[in-house]
Amino acid sequence: MTPEPLFEAPWHAQVFALTVHLNESGRFDWPDWALRFGATLKRHGIERDLNGGDDYFVAWLETLEALLAEDGSADAGEVLQMRQAWEAAYLRTPHGAPVTLEVS
Amino acid sequence: MILPMPHDHTHDDHPHSLLPSEPALRVKALETILTQKGLIDPAALDEIIDTYENRIGPRNGAHVVARAWSDSAFRAALLEDADPVVSELGYYGRQGEHIVAVENTDDVHNMVVCTLCSCYPWPLLGIPPGWYKSDAYRARTVREPRKVLADFGVELPENMAVRVWDSTAEVRYLVIPQRPAGTEGMSEADLMDLVTRDSMIGCGLAKAP
Repeated sequence: MTPEPLFEAPWHAQVFALTVHLNESGRFDWPDWALRFGATLKRHGIERDLNGGDDYFVAWLETLEALLAEDGSADAGEVLQMRQAWEAAYLRTPHGAPVTLEVS
Repeated sequence: MILPMPHDHTHDDHPHSLLPSEPALRVKALETILTQKGLIDPAALDEIIDTYENRIGPRNGAHVVARAWSDSAFRAALLEDADPVVSELGYYGRQGEHIVAVENTDDVHNMVVCTLCSCYPWPLLGIPPGWYKSDAYRARTVREPRKVLADFGVELPENMAVRVWDSTAEVRYLVIPQRPAGTEGMSEADLMDLVTRDSMIGCGLAKAP
């Protein structure tokens, strides 16, 4: 029997770890997180049944983004701008080279 | 808000690096922002991922179950108040949750679900499988637990009650499956191999030796 991978995609692991780390450093408590996350899952689940894979972590990420925007640690505009900066970094970096934000 | 979609790469010769998926870019953005503000330590993220990928998993729960099968004083203490007992074995929740052990008997079979999201005894079972997080499992287990069990290939005697435990952020359940027949005198290490992840969620039974 092949074991199922723990996380289907690296970003699932990253967003999971980021959330656990923020919780452990006291940014929010876990019951509060679970309530917010449960509400996002419920909203996403209205239109179609979630399969517990990618759609689960999409809901997870959306919950975390909303929470961080609300507490002022990362507002939506800031996140969008940084996301574009990363996209630009990937697009200008030759395949195989390490991708960094700074233009060297 | 409409965001550009990542390029659809189907060819092999990328002139530039393969663009991560949209959510992956957003996670990277969050990480960068929080690191720059000093709110997170990127090394701690790697440490957390390593812990869950390599050190925490159903073997921990199997250890607890095999001990409960072999040691009646341990079993009694576990059922009475699991937190101190499992912490003594080195397993404790970092999110401040309580662990409650529920025991299967000839009369009752226990199953665990989280109808809110996907609360799960991480320290004992690791990260939940995809199906545990699916809407189908979360909705059906409460409504028709026997049908869900049948999907897992588990048929219980008619007169056995099925009890479903709904996890919360504060309370996570561990099912102690019934010890299989023919395991008398087996060592704790050998017993551990019979304890499957699904049996500790209540969607399976322990394996026969």
